[in-house]
Order: sequence, then structure tokens, then C-alpha cells
Amino acid sequence: MTPLFFALAAQAADPEVIDRIPSGFSPFVLPFTIGVAFMFSWIGVGLIRLLAAIPKSDRIKFAKSLFIPKTALKNLKDLFCDCLFHTKIWQRKPLLGYMHSAIAFGWFMIIILGHIEVALFVPARLNVTRGGLFYPIFYRYFVWMNPGHTTLRGSFFFFLMDFFLLYILSGIALAIFKRFRSIVLGMRHTTKPSFADRVALYSLWLIFPLRLLAESFTADLSGGSFLTVPVNHFWHLIFGDKLWFMPTWWAYSICLGLFFAAMPFSRYMHILTEVLWILLRNAGVKPNHPRKGVAEAEIYACSSCGLCLDACPMNVQKKNLKFSSVYFIRFLRRHNEKKINDIAEKCLMCDKCHALCPVGVDAPSLRRAQRATVNNALPYDYSYLSTASGSTLAGETHATLGTVRGGTGASLCEASGGAERSEAVARPRVLPEATNKVLYFAGCMTHLTPRIIKSVEKVFNAAGVDYAFADRDGGICCGRPLMLAGKTEAAAAVIEANKKMIEKSGCDTLVLSCPICYKIFKEEYGLEGIKVVHYTQFINELIAAGKLNVQNKGERLVYHDPCELGRGCGVYFEPRAALGKVGNLVKASKEYDESICCGGSLGSLTLDTKDRSKISEASLDSLLANDPQTIVTACPLCLKTFSEAVAKTKKGDLNVSVKDFAEVLCP
Amino acid sequence: MVDFGFGLVPSSRINLDLFDKEKYDELLSIEPDARICMACGSCTAVCTAGKFVHTSLREAMEDIFNAKPDKALETLRACQLCGKCSMVCPRGINTRHLIMSITKVYSKK
Ligand code: SF4
Ligand code: SF4
Ligand code: SF4
Ligand code: SF4
Repeated sequence: MTPLFFALAAQAADPEVIDRIPSGFSPFVLPFTIGVAFMFSWIGVGLIRLLAAIPKSDRIKFAKSLFIPKTALKNLKDLFCDCLFHTKIWQRKPLLGYMHSAIAFGWFMIIILGHIEVALFVPARLNVTRGGLFYPIFYRYFVWMNPGHTTLRGSFFFFLMDFFLLYILSGIALAIFKRFRSIVLGMRHTTKPSFADRVALYSLWLIFPLRLLAESFTADLSGGSFLTVPVNHFWHLIFGDKLWFMPTWWAYSICLGLFFAAMPFSRYMHILTEVLWILLRNAGVKPNHPRKGVAEAEIYACSSCGLCLDACPMNVQKKNLKFSSVYFIRFLRRHNEKKINDIAEKCLMCDKCHALCPVGVDAPSLRRAQRATVNNALPYDYSYLSTASGSTLAGETHATLGTVRGGTGASLCEASGGAERSEAVARPRVLPEATNKVLYFAGCMTHLTPRIIKSVEKVFNAAGVDYAFADRDGGICCGRPLMLAGKTEAAAAVIEANKKMIEKSGCDTLVLSCPICYKIFKEEYGLEGIKVVHYTQFINELIAAGKLNVQNKGERLVYHDPCELGRGCGVYFEPRAALGKVGNLVKASKEYDESICCGGSLGSLTLDTKDRSKISEASLDSLLANDPQTIVTACPLCLKTFSEAVAKTKKGDLNVSVKDFAEVLCP
Repeated sequence: MVDFGFGLVPSSRINLDLFDKEKYDELLSIEPDARICMACGSCTAVCTAGKFVHTSLREAMEDIFNAKPDKALETLRACQLCGKCSMVCPRGINTRHLIMSITKVYSKK
């Protein structure tokens, strides 16, 4: 008698958790299971299609990258930071970051912890054939706590589950709040959801409150912690002993099912696609079509978070909101050709949306690819370049390079003493031999702003730089404007011609005074053995090496980061370092990678003068935030745009001058 | 025969009956500013491509008005879309887009 009793007691006492339903199944799990199965098969097919669409070399590159330790480590880091913690959003908008990470990380943890619990307490149920797909999700429904046998370990999991549920719920509360009052989370504009977005959105809002309801209804049987247990007591207080928990579990499962079924058609697809996009991105695989192959992963990785709405300089006017990257990507997904093209052509290609995008979606590149599908085939003829530039241009440069020597040396800068005397620019005189071969390429835009050429030459002469002027009498375009217009093949022809000229010149350093030129020379030309520098970098080096003497006059300067130089090439430090030596740098309200395009960008094909001047005003406002005396920029286009914008402003008391970087350094 | 440097000039007759209103309207619909060009020639003065081969937006605009779209296309073929002309145009025309639109509309046969 006694042994039997003990045996029974021991058996009953041993398991902490009792598997309540022997079959491990209840019909309410069906909506969820169907939804999730549908989503996974959809994604599986999509993944195979996508991998089939990218070129074989890219596929191999991608597969290899997964096994390179450095890339793998970066993948891991990016997956955690971008997908779960959303660190990029935290950095800019902490509250918004909290919201995103609460939902993403909290949900991730609940899924993981659910599986751990099952693995610890009812390991057999992890098997797919025994309910592994849904059991860990509805764990609390299927089990009973063995009263009086809860261990610390069990309570620990109860606590964690409740903790993360609360964490998610706080995120959801913020999300609901944001829908109605987006400005509180630091967003002026928020995206308009589509139909599938709405289905997914509302079910997402409901999922976790329903989970709380369902779990709290069963908390006295299946256990709970600081959140579910008190709520359970509360229900008992209201409804007495009869709690109808079945409907709440059904509702919870239906919401989950709806969410997963709507997911492939909604913006929430990004939760999974983002993973693939990060892997592809880190593998260095680049899209070559705006929609197919890699681009597909990229456009579906966009979460429609809408951060690019506020980022975009075009959106100083509300009517231009529709040209933002988020809508561009939405229309790419929907194959709406007319709208895609309109949006693709409008953009300034300032790259700000790319820099600020939490998922790193490079919408400007996709736009360029889109433009190429339309414009690449337009009939133009560049055959003249091979003869014109290959022989005459390069020939001239070759003859002059190495035989031209700067003028009067370092004293020139002080000699001119800030007075506007053009004769202070000494004409380069001819010297027989030169060792340091510097080639200066001004580019089309700089030729329209001769004051930049004048000052650059003044700096070169003051610092005693040996240089040759590649396009003193005019050259050809660098090719970037063609590239931005989507005429990739034409750009290649221009690049080829310029490259020939430069290589023939025998220079070892190429100095550019236009950021547009700088970007393409650096990225596309592949000039081997030639150092390509922007003049801000070059002049900063001259100062550091003591070749150029500068004096700090204490003038209040504000520096404008040109798009192509800052975001485009990551040059933020050098211009500021040099300017800090001649004046007192003050801050703009938006600077570094948040700097606002001046509005003059060649990137936009269709933006008209009126819209552009609105952008210039906004950019100017940001620069004037701290009351500078001089606006300094390092791009001929910015210089021209700002000069005109300042001249045009109605504010009569606006007492600010616009100067080029070289002008400020060597007045 | 002694060549005195005189010769017959090719016909420069303008036949406005050939003016293709439909195409012109299409051009205006994608670049309305086509109508505000005042033929000042600033664009041509600064033209990058014009240094090498005959390129002129001013002339192209006139060719279009004079019902010679093929000649217009010819004078724009070498354009590098560098954007210098848009920076100097006193009418604030988005010349790059104008050039691309002309090519787009008139190269369709
Ligand atoms: S492109 Fe980037 S910033 Fe814009 S909505 Fe998509 S994820 Fe957000
Ligand atoms: S590149 Fe600049 S102008 Fe274009 S959509 Fe992005 S932020 Fe806007
Ligand atoms: S965009 Fe074309 S027409 Fe205009 S200046 Fe440049 S090359 Fe000449
Ligand atoms: S600069 Fe402008 S207005 Fe003058 S001819 Fe050229 S397009 Fe016409």
C-alpha cells in the first residue's frame, strides 16, 4: 500500500509541468498553423526564384561570403543591430527606436523562450509531427502547472515571458499612438498604409493584447508571473470562477494567422527579407536591375518605416512627399511603371534617404537603375570623344605637365592680404623639370564658377605645388551626370576618353575641385597608381605639411557638406579641419550625413527651378542656424546655388557671404 | 574651272506645313518649359560638347519650330548632359530634361 502510494506521489510530483492534452492538438491552432505554413511556402518559393534570377557569379559570391569569418561576423552583428535592436533608429529617434526594438526583439525573445520552455519541460513536443510548429507558441494552453512543484527554474521562465510580453505591449502602445500622433515620436510624416498593410497592422496590434488575455485567463492553471497572475485575479474578481478562455485562444490564433497570411503582401515582409538583404549586402552583391534579382530582396527589405520621408529635402513641399523613396519602393513592388518613372526622375540623388535608412536600402541606386532602363537606349553619339579627347586634349596636357611650376611661393597668400586683387594670381611659369606631378582637373561646373579656379591656383602657387591644369581650355564632362541620368553606356564612353587623357599625362596625383567629378573618378575610373583627391583633402594636407600658411581671423564660418562629397564619398573631416584653422566653425542645424542638399543637384531630371529654390531656402535656413558670417562650401554647384539663394532672400538684414573653400583658405 | 569660292547654297526653305503639332504637344507635356526658350544662346556658349562638335540647344529648339526635328536631333547628339547649360539659362529652363525629352519624343519614328 505504502510503496504504491509513494510511487504514485513520486510520479505525480516529479514533472513540473503536465502535458494536459494527450493529442497535443486543439482546433484553435489551425488559423495560426495555416497562416504560418502559407507564409513559409511563399517565402521559400520567393527565395528560390530570387536566387535563380541573380547571375551565377553573384550566387557563388553570396554562398562563399557566408563562410568568410569576417563577413559572417559582420552578418551576425548587422542582424542583431539592424533587425532586432534597430540601433540606427535608436541613434536618431530614441522613442521610435524603442518602439521598433520592443516589438522586434521582444517578439524574437518570446518565440525563443517558448521553444526553450518546451525543450526543457516537454521535449517530445518539439518534434514537428507532434505539434512542433504550433506547440511552443500556444505552450501555456497545452500545459498545467503541477501545483506545489514549481521550481525556481520554472518561475524564472514565467518571469521572462511576462517581462517580454510587457516589453512588447509597451512597444505596441507606442505604435498605436504613433499612427495617430506621429510627431511625438519625432516624425513629421508617416506613411499611408495599403490594404494588406492595414490587415497586418491591425492584427499585429491585437496579437499581443490577446496573448495577454489568453495567458492571463489560464494563468491559474498553467502558471504565470507578475503580469499574467494579477490580471488573472482581476478576471476572477469580475467574472467569478467561470472563465471562458477558449474564445480568447481562438482570437489569438486567428490574429496570428491573419498576420502571417497578410505578411507577404504587406510591409511586414521586411522582417524576413531584411535578413536576406543584409546577407546579400554584406556579400557585396549589387543590384543591376531596379526590381529583379538582388533588388527584389532590397525592395522587400524596406519596412515602410517612413524615416526617408523626413529625410528627403524635396519634402519641404508637401506635394513632393509622393516622390520619396518609400513610395518609390512601394510602386516598384506593385510594378506601376508610370509612377515608378516619375518618381525615379524627380529625385535629387542626394543619398540622404540611403544614409538614414535603418535597413540600408540604397534607393538612389535603384532609381539610377530604373532611369537606365528608360534612357540608356536614347540615341546619342559620342564617337567624337575618342578622336577629340584622345589626341588633342591629352596631347596638350602631356606637353604641359611637369613643365609648369607654381608662382611666387608661400608668401603669396599673405601678400594679397585678403584684398580682392585678381592680379595677385601669378601665371604659372615654365620650369624644366618637376618631380611631384599633380594634375588639376576643374570640370565643367568649376569652369562656370571661375572664382574657384582662381582661388585653387592661388593656393597651389602659395604652397609651391607643381601642377598642370588638365582642362584649362575646357575638357569633357566626367561622366557622372550621364550616369545619374541613367545613360550608363554613354558614361562609359566619356570615362574612357578622360581616362586616356589622364593616364597619358603621367601624373601621380589628381586633384578635383568638384565633388561630382571626385566621386566618379574615385569609384569608376580605376586609375591605377594615381591618387585621386578632392581639393579639400589636398589643401588640408598642404596645411598639415606646413606648406600653406594660414591665419585664423576668427570669422564665423559654417560649412555645407555637399551631397556627393559627404554622403557620396564620406569626406567630412578634412574640410572642417582646414576651416578650423582659418576661422571659427559654427554648427548648422543639419550637418554631416544629415546635411540638406542645396537644391542645385544634377541628380534630378525633372525638378523645376521653383521647387529647387524651395529646397535651397530650407538648406540655407539650416546653415544660418547659428548666425555665421560666411557660408563655405566645396562644390561649384552649391556655391552657385547658395550665392543665388542668398541674393534672392527677402530678408533684408541677411548679412552673410557665400564663399568657396579655397577662397576662404587663401583670400 | 577656277574656284571662286562661290557656290549654290543648299535650300534653307522652311515649310511650316511639316510642323508636327502632335509631337510638339507631347514634348510640351513632358517638358512644358520648352516654350519659354528665348533663343539667347547662353546654353550654346558654355556647351561642353560644343567645344568638339557642333552642339547647340538653341539651334535645336529653332529647328523644331522650323519643322526640322531631324536636324535638331543631329545638333544634340553629342550632348554629355553635363548640365552647364541649365546653370546659365536665364529662363531657368531645365535644359538637361529638355534635351532628353527632345530625344525621347523625336527619335520615335
Ligand atoms: S527606404 Fe528605408 S527609410 Fe525609407 S521607408 Fe524603407 S526602410 Fe524606411
Ligand atoms: S536621394 Fe535625396 S532627394 Fe532622392 S529621395 Fe533620397 S533623400 Fe530624397
Ligand atoms: S548638357 Fe549638353 S548641351 Fe548642355 S552644356 Fe552640357 S553638353 Fe552642352
Ligand atoms: S540658355 Fe535657355 S533661353 Fe537661352 S537659348 Fe538656351 S535654353 Fe533657350
